[in-house]
Amino acid sequence: MTYTAIGVMAVAIAVLLDLFAFKTRMVTRLIFWASYAIIVFFQLVTNGLFTGTQIVKYDGAAIIGGTSPADSAPAFIGDGRIAFAPVEDLLFGFSLILLSLSLWVFWGRRGVERTPTSGPPIWRKRHR
Amino acid sequence: MDFGRWSYVSVLVFVILGSIWLEVFLRSRVLRRPKRLLLAIGPVLLPFLIWDAYAISQGHWYFDESRILGVYLPANIPLDELLFFIVIPFASILTLEAVRSVKGTRSSRWLVGDESG
Repeated sequence: MTYTAIGVMAVAIAVLLDLFAFKTRMVTRLIFWASYAIIVFFQLVTNGLFTGTQIVKYDGAAIIGGTSPADSAPAFIGDGRIAFAPVEDLLFGFSLILLSLSLWVFWGRRGVERTPTSGPPIWRKRHR
Repeated sequence: MDFGRWSYVSVLVFVILGSIWLEVFLRSRVLRRPKRLLLAIGPVLLPFLIWDAYAISQGHWYFDESRILGVYLPANIPLDELLFFIVIPFASILTLEAVRSVKGTRSSRWLVGDESG
């Protein structure tokens, strides 16, 4: 199986687990998408560091784009890449993040260390 | 990024530095819930390490061996990768709790069902 195929499968499995196994329904919640929007930006930066500086390279047979060049950075954008990294990394990252956040909320809902809850930011006074 | 063997790990340090301040300034209180953190990160590790092992065995991705620690887990997985699967979920959970810290729990739009009281 290619990275592309496994990535699509991983997203599907993560969404199914979130909805029907852990029943956290993160993908239906505003808090998840707000968090993901922040995380995905930093994912692109981090992936860019790994891939742009060629610490990690990819085989063109496994991804939509071509093989990482031997001695230079891959395309910043285009050829199936975004911020140097294969677009497949977005599938990989999404499934990793969704599963982690879903499980974190799952255990909270089950009563595992529900407290201390987060907030408020230090510049804001407590309401309770 | 060329910090020799520490190059890969230095990217992870960047991720930790970029997110750990949320614990202090936004009071995300993730480190104060270590058991829950372990239960969230632990079970996700295994499937992703299996995926990693398969991808490495098939050559889907490969590493500059001079810029990773050089310590390997079974199935040829660099130790750096294991650290990745701990650091990234940790940073993600910090982010979720930081957003919750800012948004509060008084509006039902932002609830996830684990709120107390």
